[in-house]
Amino acid sequence: MQTHNRRMPRRWLIAALLTLVNLPAAAQTSLTVFAAASLTEAYGEIGKAFEQRHPGTTVKFNFAGSQVLATQIEQGAKADVFASADTRWMKYAEEKSLISGTAAIFARNQLVVVVPKTNPGQINRLQDLARPGIKLVLAGRQVPAGAYAREALNRLKGAPGFPKAYDQLVLTNLVSEEENVRAVAAKVQLREADAGIVYQTDVTSNLRPQVTLIQIPDPYNPIAEYPVATVKGGQDELGAAFVALVLAPEGQAILRARAFLPPAATP
Amino acid sequence: MKQGVLLEAGGKIATLVIAGVLGALVALPLAGLVLRVSPDGLLQQLHSSEVQQALWLSLTTSLVATVICLVIGLPMAALLASRNFRGKRALEVLMDLPMVIPPTVAGFALLMAFGRAGVLGSTLSAFGITLPFTTAGVILAQVFMSVPFLVGAARAGFAAVEPRYLEAAATLRAGEVYTHLRVRLPLAMPSIVAGLGMCWARALGEFGATITFAGNMAGSTRTVPLDVYLLLHENLDAAATLSLLLVVMAAVLLTAMRQAGLGFFAPPRAPGSAPASAR
Repeated sequence: MQTHNRRMPRRWLIAALLTLVNLPAAAQTSLTVFAAASLTEAYGEIGKAFEQRHPGTTVKFNFAGSQVLATQIEQGAKADVFASADTRWMKYAEEKSLISGTAAIFARNQLVVVVPKTNPGQINRLQDLARPGIKLVLAGRQVPAGAYAREALNRLKGAPGFPKAYDQLVLTNLVSEEENVRAVAAKVQLREADAGIVYQTDVTSNLRPQVTLIQIPDPYNPIAEYPVATVKGGQDELGAAFVALVLAPEGQAILRARAFLPPAATP
Repeated sequence: MKQGVLLEAGGKIATLVIAGVLGALVALPLAGLVLRVSPDGLLQQLHSSEVQQALWLSLTTSLVATVICLVIGLPMAALLASRNFRGKRALEVLMDLPMVIPPTVAGFALLMAFGRAGVLGSTLSAFGITLPFTTAGVILAQVFMSVPFLVGAARAGFAAVEPRYLEAAATLRAGEVYTHLRVRLPLAMPSIVAGLGMCWARALGEFGATITFAGNMAGSTRTVPLDVYLLLHENLDAAATLSLLLVVMAAVLLTAMRQAGLGFFAPPRAPGSAPASAR
């Protein structure tokens, strides 16, 4: 009985060790892509297309606010490709020499105000965002979408039909600064926020039936530029192939289907 | 015989090595934090109004949450420790759940219950109460996440009171409530205080439920852990300083509890045995 008792754990230990040894052998080639939260659906699809073209390769994604991704890469996270929602965090990554090669703009995006269908804050036009007491949710200042939203408010102040202190009035209504743009959309979808400012592309088919959109006119709507690049120390060749697919007609078609604007024609 | 000696020696060495690895696993990240922070930077950060705001908010919300946990946790602990009833098992599991579910899930569940579109949302707003995006929401999230520590500790404390003390009180014709207040509660006090300490530490460190349920806004909902998360992408030195501050606060609390013989995971002492300080 005693020998039996003593042997059992040993047998388990051997089994556990064998499992550990086996793990790496089971993995195949994989490509790790760090991409802005707003790219979740589009990149997910591009990833599938990539896997079809490169049998045996799995594309793994890390979707988060671009500022989170840039810091993670800086702190040594293993990534092959980095796609940011603004040039600021790509520049940051370039300055810290985390990027190999040059970054290419692959898409552009614009902002839109989203309001729950039930419209608890009675918001029907942009001016209503300045009405005291409404609950506005934006992405934080460090998040590209948050920076663009503040830029839009800043451009709108003093515009025809808008008060001089429009941006300040609106920001007084700010009740939460979310860590990525998708969290803003979620707070509106949950009807906790009266309004939020997100990218056009965040209004997914899942969100669309539950929200009303208020457009921000063109001259006041900042255009977000999305750069993509391969990461230094990553798998250059495979990473470059992914970047090429994003820029190729196939990748561009997927992005267009998700309402991303084409990158500006090169001058 | 020889085999036995080998086993003994091997076992001892393995124990030491593995314990050493674990010690390093916990100590190294903390040492890394200390190395990242300069004394000048620490002082500078403490003078920043945003840091002060977050510290003050963390301190007040966590203390209020701890008091609420005490008030609402003790009756439940007494009930679970002293009575048997149908559904007790389920209630015990329910009380332990917040300790093991992911905080983000807890925050989401809180939204589903107390959010504007939640189950109680319309009732609450009829009374003019809103919880998401408010400091009250932060406190609710902290209470939800930390109350199991108080209930668990107090329940163990109550249960460890020897029945003979309660029987003695009964022979002196003391009522049930009187016995509870004057006999059981004092005897369970060390466990309750230990539970309070853990409860406070958990509330102070609460992140996921807070950011999901209460949002993230300087002055009203941005507690120190949320500020650390934000600063990670803005100012690493400030993030390190605030992190270190939280670690130090927790370490001081745990040390103080140890010194007072109130270790949370210490086996409950039999009443009447010598307190740790006399050992």
